[in-house]
Amino acid sequence: MARGDQSIDHLLRRAGFGASTAELAAYNGQSLSAAIESLIEYERLPDDVDSKIGQSAYVGITTRGQFSPNTNIDDARQRWLFRMVHSQRPLQEKMAIFWHNHFATAYSKVAGAFGSVQGVRMMAAKSGELPGPQGQLELFRQFALGKFRELLVAVARDPAMVIWLDGRTNTRTRPQENFGREIMELFTLGIGNYTEQDVKAAARAFTGYNVQRGAGTDNNDPNTYYQFVFNANQHETTAKEFTFPIYANGSRTIPARAAAEGLQDGVDLANALALHPQTARRLAGRLWSFFVSELVAPDEAFLAEIAAVYLQNDTALKPVMNHILRSRWFWDSRYYYSRYSWPAEFVARSIKEVGWSGFSVDTARTPLVNMGQTLFEPPDVNGWELGRGWFSTGTMLARMNFASTLSSNQRFNLARDVTATAKQTPDAIVQYFLGRCSPTQYDGEPYDALVSYVGDGLTWTGSDTQVSTKAPSVVRLIVGSSEYQFV
Amino acid sequence: MSRTTRRDFIRDGVAAFTVSFAAPAFLCDAALAQGAASRNLVVIYLSGGNDALSTVVPYTDPFYYSRRPAIGVPAGQVLQIGSDSAGRALGLHPRLTGLHSIFNEGRLAVVQRAGYQNSSRSHFEGTDIWGSANPSSPSSLGWLGRYLDTMPSPVDPLIAWNTTRETPRALVASDVGVPAIPDARTYSFSSPNSAAEAARERSAATRMASGQTPGRSHLSFVNGTAQAAFSTLDRVASVVSYTSTVTYPTNGFATALRTVAGAMVRGIGTRVFWVSTGGFDTHSGQGNAGGGAYANLMGTLGDGVNAFYTDLRNQGLLNNTLILQFSEFGRRVAENGSAGTDHGAGGVMMALGGSVRGGLYGTAPDLNPDPSNPTLEGNGADVRYETDFRAVYAKVLDSWLGVDSRSILGGDFRGQAPAIL
Repeated sequence: MARGDQSIDHLLRRAGFGASTAELAAYNGQSLSAAIESLIEYERLPDDVDSKIGQSAYVGITTRGQFSPNTNIDDARQRWLFRMVHSQRPLQEKMAIFWHNHFATAYSKVAGAFGSVQGVRMMAAKSGELPGPQGQLELFRQFALGKFRELLVAVARDPAMVIWLDGRTNTRTRPQENFGREIMELFTLGIGNYTEQDVKAAARAFTGYNVQRGAGTDNNDPNTYYQFVFNANQHETTAKEFTFPIYANGSRTIPARAAAEGLQDGVDLANALALHPQTARRLAGRLWSFFVSELVAPDEAFLAEIAAVYLQNDTALKPVMNHILRSRWFWDSRYYYSRYSWPAEFVARSIKEVGWSGFSVDTARTPLVNMGQTLFEPPDVNGWELGRGWFSTGTMLARMNFASTLSSNQRFNLARDVTATAKQTPDAIVQYFLGRCSPTQYDGEPYDALVSYVGDGLTWTGSDTQVSTKAPSVVRLIVGSSEYQFV
Repeated sequence: MSRTTRRDFIRDGVAAFTVSFAAPAFLCDAALAQGAASRNLVVIYLSGGNDALSTVVPYTDPFYYSRRPAIGVPAGQVLQIGSDSAGRALGLHPRLTGLHSIFNEGRLAVVQRAGYQNSSRSHFEGTDIWGSANPSSPSSLGWLGRYLDTMPSPVDPLIAWNTTRETPRALVASDVGVPAIPDARTYSFSSPNSAAEAARERSAATRMASGQTPGRSHLSFVNGTAQAAFSTLDRVASVVSYTSTVTYPTNGFATALRTVAGAMVRGIGTRVFWVSTGGFDTHSGQGNAGGGAYANLMGTLGDGVNAFYTDLRNQGLLNNTLILQFSEFGRRVAENGSAGTDHGAGGVMMALGGSVRGGLYGTAPDLNPDPSNPTLEGNGADVRYETDFRAVYAKVLDSWLGVDSRSILGGDFRGQAPAIL
């Protein structure tokens, strides 16, 4: 019996990145309801995960000179992976990657504009560690379960986003449509719910949203930073008409404003888009795919319920997630293991389950590229192609090979942990590792293939040599199997 | 004529025919297609919406320069390729020197103003439309995927090779999962153990992926992907050792083309290759001839394709290869305030290869912003399409891949197809 059939495991795979044996024991000591509450009310728990980086009980990082997650992209990726593995607030990290995909922004373009140090700062800098504003990832963590309309306004003013969708060149005389289009097509309403006229009006509403240097002169200096600025001189002041209501009174027009007041245009539009019923439904659909199932279309009742909770709570995600995690859909066991895992989820979960002593998350960086998910580098503003899109022969091999790298690294620990009982038969050792890892149930043929592998090439005695050889291989076969690729 | 009949007809050996000039068009196509077993199609996708007016420059149109004061490619620097049937003089971007040579050899066809009615200005919808060849239902299977689905079963998992990480819409098929192999070197199966044990692991993993999983189609799908990986590992590995006859530029695009050449030379059986180069969403800092983002893009494109073309020529593979280039849309006629261009409509397609009938197809737009100008749309803002992109696909399907384009495209576009082959 795979351990992963338990409800708490399902909850932690979906609302977190899986669970280590120790975490599982801790969560099993409380009721499901209490576990959900601790996941959602994560602000009651300390946000101290970063302070554990470099300590021996945790997964390692690899430094090249000084560890610089605020200014070096590889280190920023390591820090994020470390958080996924060890955060006490897994749902916060889970929502952060959800929003990273939703507001998909690529480091390379940001770095192309102001250099790599500024690029990393804008993507990932943690507030308080350097002067200047926090990076986009920290914004997603801050608003992880916050009000979507506030997140949307913050994203419109986020320096990385301003650069990514060309807000810098969206000017009074030459409105530039990139952000104005995507905020409706991808971030809120979805295609088919707005017109080209809306795109042009939205571009004008955001004219003047820009970035400027806040301190320093040298972009390679970590103390130099850029920040959002509203450039009133570049704001287009005439009224903007939309095909949908902007204000509670039903008005579809953002009124003409003095240039100095023009910042409010974008705020009004972002609020209107966040509060639009179509946005509520679209977000509900995305949450269904992420938290409930990718194999079946969203239940109409789910969409209606979640959209209502979202709108009744002024777009706050915390009540929305509380509703989802306690809903009949989330706990319908037919939907367990019905989402294709994202590569970052796959990596974090396998590290938690297989072990990390002596392993560095840096080892996962290149495999993640080969699996198709480079953190901070989504392929385009539409984010990653989810679901089946994650799986091709090359990306599947990358998953299998990461499983090999990890289990090879953990050979000693894996072999040491196998109990005397588990050494007795090929079936017993397979069962042992199915209790440690959490794939979905194997059917008879793949299960038999796994068991027969243990006895392949030898007569099984359970000797230390045999266990040392076969234990990492069994683990790589489990973690690299199709049954492990779902959450 | 139904698809099946047509394909049977080809399979049953139309090679025995001697085709005269009086033969119906489809017979010429069929004769051309009879060598299809060794033919390759390489699709090059310029991701982001290529600014066709900077690729193929109407350098005598005064509106080109008045509407593009910062980014217009100077007339004195374009690589002239003559005039089209409307009498508009045209030149390639100065960084496309390799393509210019191929044009002069008569092996580069330039299809101007390729697009479709009511062009989408969305990258994603636009890409899906070009990929599915179905503007009314862009989320359907891909046009090349539908072609692959006509292959007799069982289909070789390596019949097509996608060099990007994500499967493009065009290659989405119902029966075939096209492998994504961006780098042949990392396409391998590693192991914690020795070679002998690694072989046992691979065997076990293969058997696990081949097991029955009744009623769990999502598992079957991932298993199918794993099986395809195992069945293609050794052939792909043979490509890694390919030594090219020319030095390719050191960027991802050229590396992918070099891999494609290696796969062709090794004869591993792949017929359709997908290659992409990005960065064409030039909303700002586009530049003109000398510096700027666009010149770099053209350098990447032109130098990469030129190396590939030369390599294939040296390997004697040119006559078996058709290279087809496209992008999801063209860009606005007028530059924006940031020396870039926003999303537009009609674009440019190119076809290259030893069997291509080179030259200019279609006509360049007149860039006069007069709203009544029939070559523009949107009050003179965007280029109006002239050649439906599906007509170009039709030509490729009928004359190169040897299938009936009507069954793949769901309509008859043959009459409008430019005679690029």
